Amino acid sequence: MNMKLTKAVAAGAVSFAALIAGGGAALADCGIQGAGSVRILSNDFEALRVVNAAAAECANDKVKVTSNATAEHKNIQGPALTANPAEYTVAMVANNSIVPLLNDGLIRPLDDLVAKYGADLQPNQLIKIDGKVMAIAFMGNGQHLFYRKDILAKAGLDVPKSYEDVLADAKIIKDKGLMEYPLAASDKPGWDLAAEFVNMYLGTGAEFFAPGSAELAIDNDNGRKVLETMRAMTKFMNPDYLTYDANELSKIWDAGNVALMNQWGSLAGAAIDPVKANKDVAANTGFAAAPTISGGSIPAAALWWDGFSIAKNISDDDAAASFQAMVHAISPATVAAHSEVATWLVKGYVPGPAAIGVMGNATGGAKPYPMQPYMGLLHTALSSGLADFIAGKEDADQALKDVKASYDASAKEGGFLK
Amino acid sequence: MPHRTFAAFIFPSILAMLLFITLPIFSVMVQSMFIEHPAVLTTVENCGPFGGCTTETKVDTVAMAKLKAEAPMGQFAGLANYLNHNHLAIDDLREIFGTKSGFAEKVSSLMNLPFYRALAFTLTYCFVVTPLAMALGFCIALAVNTLPRLMKGPAIFVSILPMIITPLVGSLILSWMFNPEGIFGATLQWLANDPKLSLRASPVLTWIVILTYGVWTNGPFSFVVFYAGLQTVPMDTLESARIDGATRWQATRFVIIPHLMPLATFVALVQLMDNFRVFEPIVGFSAQANATSLSWMVYNDLVSQDAQQFGSAAATSVMTIIGVLILLTPVLIRTWRDFNRKVA
Repeated sequence: MNMKLTKAVAAGAVSFAALIAGGGAALADCGIQGAGSVRILSNDFEALRVVNAAAAECANDKVKVTSNATAEHKNIQGPALTANPAEYTVAMVANNSIVPLLNDGLIRPLDDLVAKYGADLQPNQLIKIDGKVMAIAFMGNGQHLFYRKDILAKAGLDVPKSYEDVLADAKIIKDKGLMEYPLAASDKPGWDLAAEFVNMYLGTGAEFFAPGSAELAIDNDNGRKVLETMRAMTKFMNPDYLTYDANELSKIWDAGNVALMNQWGSLAGAAIDPVKANKDVAANTGFAAAPTISGGSIPAAALWWDGFSIAKNISDDDAAASFQAMVHAISPATVAAHSEVATWLVKGYVPGPAAIGVMGNATGGAKPYPMQPYMGLLHTALSSGLADFIAGKEDADQALKDVKASYDASAKEGGFLK
Repeated sequence: MPHRTFAAFIFPSILAMLLFITLPIFSVMVQSMFIEHPAVLTTVENCGPFGGCTTETKVDTVAMAKLKAEAPMGQFAGLANYLNHNHLAIDDLREIFGTKSGFAEKVSSLMNLPFYRALAFTLTYCFVVTPLAMALGFCIALAVNTLPRLMKGPAIFVSILPMIITPLVGSLILSWMFNPEGIFGATLQWLANDPKLSLRASPVLTWIVILTYGVWTNGPFSFVVFYAGLQTVPMDTLESARIDGATRWQATRFVIIPHLMPLATFVALVQLMDNFRVFEPIVGFSAQANATSLSWMVYNDLVSQDAQQFGSAAATSVMTIIGVLILLTPVLIRTWRDFNRKVA
């Protein structure tokens, strides 16, 4: 009873959003062939809310559309798609969150649906695994450089291209008395801290694992260089840096307390929004690709894609309806109306000012976030194993040793190591 | 009450406890003995939106589905989940105590292991917060008890506020107040004349803040119980003490405290149990870097990551239960003795 009520309320909220977003269009359906139920599970940020609202336009007498946008989606998706029939027909995923679904075989190949209804899709939107299309990507994301034009100009500096530049620039900004703590990073122990390490390590071009196995391979000079750089940056950060995650970074950026930082592309639009953001900061905020590290040539940041996948444990009718609704939701028309909220991968998208960073990462050759089945376990091990190091309580060798011990224990539990 | 009636009354509770407490605990214990099947991996070609394809490793879902159908629980691993690096870390312990390092070095290597670090904070929290919160609650109860009748109601309401506020919300509020730009943080910087002082940056100060929060949030429970107890203190005993020339302190020490002792045992029991499961302030204060607890470890295994580790979380849960039992043993023994004495 309660469940149904929540669903009805959620559906109501979505169709209301669709009314606002699409005006009268919400009342007309979007030409779905056949009947079925479309139930979407997604993360909760603006671009995905736009997509959910556009999918809701497809509702008609025969097609029911509901959606649940929640930051808890990663914890819900496994159990929800294991059920038969699955609780959701569409799971919105990214590089990392698709892996558990693939590991457990909970999503279906989309090749026949793409052939039938996917005329609008571009070849680079098709995420192919072992030759089969398993997800359709529609936006790119990633952490890239945010910089303050006014501070750099006052200090007589160019936009930094490498982490070595970032450190040198931070020293100049601090020495000139322009800012007490010019740098910031999402160093809060947990997912954020691990992501910082992964970004920089990808920038060195080294591999996380020994080829073809789950054996960890980060205990090398690249790993130590990354840790050394992370530690060096903390000297120019607010002493509270251990409590900053990505959302907190947005706040201190908006307060004008930081001159250089790496932050998510999906939060770039909000940082320069003249209505919501601090006007002085917004006008002076610039974006660029993530810096390189250790003489490398590629931006030291993981490339992320967000896309949708279709559950396996649902009827073919529901799958077809869901696929069509989602293709409509990420159509060139939707994207044209909301070009500023994301770096879309869709046909006809013209990148705006907020997309410069992610585009810069992609054209600079940044690597995608690894999709190995045991990458999630490494991310977990990094998230707690690096805490003492970043707090300045242990050296890099000990930190790498801790991470390996903790990863090995969980990889054994996960069946990846003997 | 005849035994039959008693059994009829108690039966629904027993049934509910079996279903909702005993069975889940049993299932967690079973879960903690298992690890996942050995992963069947294949190399496949992945193609993404950012130019080109790469060969990557993937789990062979068909082969895994077969393994899972044969043995849905996974592989039996005995106590492996309890003994590995992320829990009791037997091998690391052997290494630490096998080498001839100094005591300080041994302690610091021990504190570098995730389980012992969490256990250290959990136990500190238990043994600092429980007595201080009880003392605070007792003092408030004594103070409120002396107020004129009209003011008692509002005073009680204000005193139990910390208990009414959701722990997570309470810790978030305090965390923001202790932020260098918040009221406490800024005042402390001004008092210490140190613009870089941050309570959240140093491990010691973080512990002190969380312990302070613990006393603040747990005090009201002791207050409520002790205040109720104060209403039952026999007035004639108090009066005769006063006639004998006892001061207010002496009356408290020799009449009130002995009278409230059984209550204090009860409060200590409940509070120790509660405090051993400390969790919310760590999340609320974003203190993961400096303080972790056993409950936080369970949360970290299950929720905040890409991959869920059920076996590991189950092992930590079982050890939490064992920890609570060990903590409660002295109090339970004491209660048992008191009970026996009264019967005799």
